[in-house]
Amino acid sequence: MITVIDPGNLTSFQDLGRVGYAHLGVPQAGAADSMSLRHANLLVGNAEGSAALEMTVNGPTLRFETDAVVAFAGGRVEPTLDDMPIPMYQSIAIHAGQTLACGAILTGIRCYLAIAGGFSPNPTLASASSDTFAGLGPPVIRAGDRLSCETHSLHQGWYLRSPPEFPDEAILGVIPGPHADWFTPAAFEVLSGCTYVVRADSDRTGLRLRGEDIRREKHSELSSQGMVTGAVQIPGDGQPIVLLSNHGTIGGYPVIAVVIHADLPRMGQLRSGAKLRFQLVSHEQALAALRGSEAALHAAVASADSGLLAARRLLVMAKAHPGLRQACLQLERWRVNVRR
Amino acid sequence: MNTHPVGDSALLIDTHDAMVAQHLRTYILRQSLKGLRELVPAHNTLLVEYDALLFDLTSFIRLLPKFEQLKRPAAPARAHDVPVTYDGEDLKEVVRLTGLDMAEVIQRHSSATYTVAFLGFAPGFPYLIGLDPKLRVPRLKTPRTKIASGAVAIADEFSGIYPRATPAGWCILGYTDVVLFDPDREPPALLTPGDTVHFRPSA
Repeated sequence: MITVIDPGNLTSFQDLGRVGYAHLGVPQAGAADSMSLRHANLLVGNAEGSAALEMTVNGPTLRFETDAVVAFAGGRVEPTLDDMPIPMYQSIAIHAGQTLACGAILTGIRCYLAIAGGFSPNPTLASASSDTFAGLGPPVIRAGDRLSCETHSLHQGWYLRSPPEFPDEAILGVIPGPHADWFTPAAFEVLSGCTYVVRADSDRTGLRLRGEDIRREKHSELSSQGMVTGAVQIPGDGQPIVLLSNHGTIGGYPVIAVVIHADLPRMGQLRSGAKLRFQLVSHEQALAALRGSEAALHAAVASADSGLLAARRLLVMAKAHPGLRQACLQLERWRVNVRR
Repeated sequence: MNTHPVGDSALLIDTHDAMVAQHLRTYILRQSLKGLRELVPAHNTLLVEYDALLFDLTSFIRLLPKFEQLKRPAAPARAHDVPVTYDGEDLKEVVRLTGLDMAEVIQRHSSATYTVAFLGFAPGFPYLIGLDPKLRVPRLKTPRTKIASGAVAIADEFSGIYPRATPAGWCILGYTDVVLFDPDREPPALLTPGDTVHFRPSA
């Protein structure tokens, strides 16, 4: 059992989504950055789609009443365990009675916390994804909640060789959408030439963007139809809305372009104020990027003995200490085989 | 049937009819295709979402002409009465857009027989066809970020009911207490495509 001392800004259970109910209007939901969810799970030896906590902007503070092994992946946090800094992107052993503070998310907007064995929230329609839009799945966590989990301690540990970065300027690959003929070539020039800014009213259903208007050539109403995550919709006011994982199943605004699958996880890390550009790519390039990111997922997760994991923890602790920080930097310069 | 790619992991099929889209979904489900993720029938289309690294798109497209030769059985339909309090925030705007007076907007909206064309947008949200053509109004230019649950709304050729508080882009005429979706109920959605709906004005 884990007790929530502080829930953070918006912390919810997420997995890879509620698949197979879209014909009833049930959104897929699931992790906004599915790649980081999968990383976090693999780092604790779980099936990659297990339910984990998705934290937003500010992470929770949790007291563990049981021994556990956890891992963080996603937007950068500087978590502490009983006030001692611990690294992201590796399995971390926690003892009963210890308090884990996740802290603010410093780059990106979402970070994932997985636990070895998995959290066990009640699933709804075959998924533990918390869908605040449709009101399905477990609720967003609150102070005082007790989270149940199937903990087991591991003999093996893992770390991620090269953690991803989530800068506040992203280029997302897009393919012209099913309603590309509703737009002039000039509209595509705007789409691929303009830098858009993520608006503060963006959420898990979509990124609302601010930038140059995209004008339609056709002005009739679009017949309502199925929508995918990554669809770049153009409402009447010309300001694009890009659908995120918790979007409604049906939409009525024309889709000028669709973000490629390989870039969806990074899209889920764009926070309010982040800059965004779209780059038109071919179908072949999109598939190559997807194959590449899937191959990289498993290649990046490496098993490590307890010595290496402990050394990585020590390094993070030492870096938080002003006097030791210089020594650490010197060690890194000497190419000691310990990565951040 | 015309098809349009939707990004790298989905295909939109023109069915030109809501019930054809429903039948096509049933037909595709029966094929047990590897990598198929989601089938979303709508008014004139069926959206097919798939895992691009597993799904055999070429073979799938070859299946479609076979479907067109099949006979489609009529599904059993039920009739539903939905009480509505006509006090929605866009009633005045609809009066302005249509040039009708308020009583006539309510009368025309509540006297039609609607058919559930498909479900979507939010769990259990019905897209109802059969709206009086005089009530045809566009969607809001900027969608509202949140409206209350049970909103009965119109846009384009549809009427619909928002099952819960969500963002909304349609013009809201009033509200109902009917529960449209309950995940613990089987089936979870109250309405099924093909069912009919009547709106009854309540005091």
